[in-house]
Amino acid sequence: MYVYDEYDRTLVAERVAQFRGQVARRLSGELSEDEFRPLRLMNGLYMQLHAYMLRVAIPYGTLSSVQMRQLAMIARKYDKGYGHFTTRQNIQYNWPKLDAVPDILADLAKVEMHAHQTSGNCIRNVTADQYAGAAADEIEDARITSEVIRQWSTFHPEFSFLPRKFKIAVTGSPHDRAAIKVHDIGLRTIRNDHGEVGYEVVVGGGLGRTPIVGLTIREFLPKRHLLSYLEAILRVYNQEGRRDNLFKARIKILVQSMGGTAFTEKVEAEWRAIRKDAVDFSSEDFARIAAQFAPPRYVTSTAHSAEFEAARLADKDFEAWCRTNLAPHKQPGYAIVNISLKPIGGVPGDATAEDMELFAKIAELWSFSAIRVTHSQNLVLPYVRLSDVHAVWQALRGAGLAAPNIDLITDIISCPGLDYCNLANARSIPVAQRISERFASLDRQYDIGELKIKISGCINACGHHHVGHIGLLGVDKKGEEFYQITLGGSADENASLGTLVGPAFSYDRVVDAVETLVETYVTKRQPGEIFLDTYRRLGVAPFKEALYGSHPA
Amino acid sequence: MAQHVVTANRLGDGGVVYLSTAGGWTEWLSEADIVDSDADEARLLAIAERAVAARLVVAPYAIPVERQGASLKALSQRERIRAKGPTIHPQFCKPEAGGTGLESSACMSTTNTTAHW
Repeated sequence: MYVYDEYDRTLVAERVAQFRGQVARRLSGELSEDEFRPLRLMNGLYMQLHAYMLRVAIPYGTLSSVQMRQLAMIARKYDKGYGHFTTRQNIQYNWPKLDAVPDILADLAKVEMHAHQTSGNCIRNVTADQYAGAAADEIEDARITSEVIRQWSTFHPEFSFLPRKFKIAVTGSPHDRAAIKVHDIGLRTIRNDHGEVGYEVVVGGGLGRTPIVGLTIREFLPKRHLLSYLEAILRVYNQEGRRDNLFKARIKILVQSMGGTAFTEKVEAEWRAIRKDAVDFSSEDFARIAAQFAPPRYVTSTAHSAEFEAARLADKDFEAWCRTNLAPHKQPGYAIVNISLKPIGGVPGDATAEDMELFAKIAELWSFSAIRVTHSQNLVLPYVRLSDVHAVWQALRGAGLAAPNIDLITDIISCPGLDYCNLANARSIPVAQRISERFASLDRQYDIGELKIKISGCINACGHHHVGHIGLLGVDKKGEEFYQITLGGSADENASLGTLVGPAFSYDRVVDAVETLVETYVTKRQPGEIFLDTYRRLGVAPFKEALYGSHPA
Repeated sequence: MAQHVVTANRLGDGGVVYLSTAGGWTEWLSEADIVDSDADEARLLAIAERAVAARLVVAPYAIPVERQGASLKALSQRERIRAKGPTIHPQFCKPEAGGTGLESSACMSTTNTTAHW
């Protein structure tokens, strides 16, 4: 994985020292809250309902065992012994004290971590396919492109005060696991007819109050032009994006208001004007960064492991977990292991300090010390030898961390919601917990098959509800929590936005409503169809009728 | 005018506090100073602004409440959760004044059966 150079170390250390001074001046009264707020936000420090919240960046979701142990130490020393992995592949601490935050940042810096680009109207922490470097279907490791963008975008002077925040996602595979079509810019790595690797460039996607699937503005961008082309897009946005209305300031609104063709022409014109003088990484630069992501020293292996197959046959619980939690690896004899952070009735994305230490140890023993955070709020061990998979499972199961439910109905994405978040209108996590408990039976989960439920506690859509097969959006109705339901969303390469099915359900009734939808699917599905297939074939009508009868309230 | 109290977050740790009848800040909604006129609310907010200047709290504002027997209840769900803590982590809930917190109804309004909690 990427190792800091002297420039990175200096930059992070300077920022820690600056923030230490800023906190001291805030506590001494030299800075007012209005003056301090943008400074703390630039360091990932928010004020939430009950306390400060520190959002720590995990660039493109990549962690080492050493870093995971440090996250555990921080949870124990400065917080309440746990952290929350988010849909942005970051981790949030919910209870830090203000005067301790500089020390937390200093402890993060010791393991080459920070909280930059986790807030503010800058280019945010880049997100990527969690299987990068390991996926069997990969064209190129998305971490390389992500790291190039990180180096270019960190504290970029021209793009530190954009009209609004700006999110870039990268996938290295045809199958999109990074939800690139619902980001400000999505980059899909592709190979052209000449065998050259480049990107499909998707712009203007996003969720929030105006959900939009992004528009492809370039079918193929050669790698060597990546940064100048991004600069052209950002320049057009920086100059033309609205700054008068917070709700219309994202690039998606600009693309819609200009029209896709006009926006594309403007970007291309800007690119032609700047590309000669703009900073672009050479193939040597890419190679230098790619070397940091060299494959681990795999043990030469056959594609099959007799030991692994025997364990699957002997233990049905292990077999069940393998069915859902493993993914194909590019290296024969290895597997990608998903660790679900969604035990039945649990808080999606939460991990205790003890959990984190266990993940660190398991990764150290069996995954070359590599861990990934997924935008689905789970973790990944990217390089596990097939013959070690059983040992990994046993270690996880011993701690209650072997939920066999990846992509099943209990693998729910949920934002923190009104339990923690200052912006939320309704709770998300308790709804996820109740749905998880309702569908706790594994047999029932397997029968239902792939079904992605995503829950947001407000219109800002941190829980990605618009792209859930079933999406739930919490709303406030006269001080009470209600939930709107959308159906048919998807965040993959065939991205679609969910359709609102009808009037909202109360906190007490929403789990019943979800069950009604699921039962409707089970009744009407054809062989081989997952929920999304059945919805796309039949449309909203049968689901609507099941929920509301022929006369929706 | 409905009954109101003034709340804020502490500067040092962001903890939820209320302006109390004793004139200071308390963590307990039940000890908050209740007012029912615009003039009294403005008076409390002026006191709160002085606490902002003194670097005790940030972002004070008034919230509607109602008495329910001996206890005081915030009218919005957001403020009920602020008063008692996250409903999903009962172990981190704010105890009632003098209590352990685990009996708090808001905190126990949902189950949490995570194996590793």
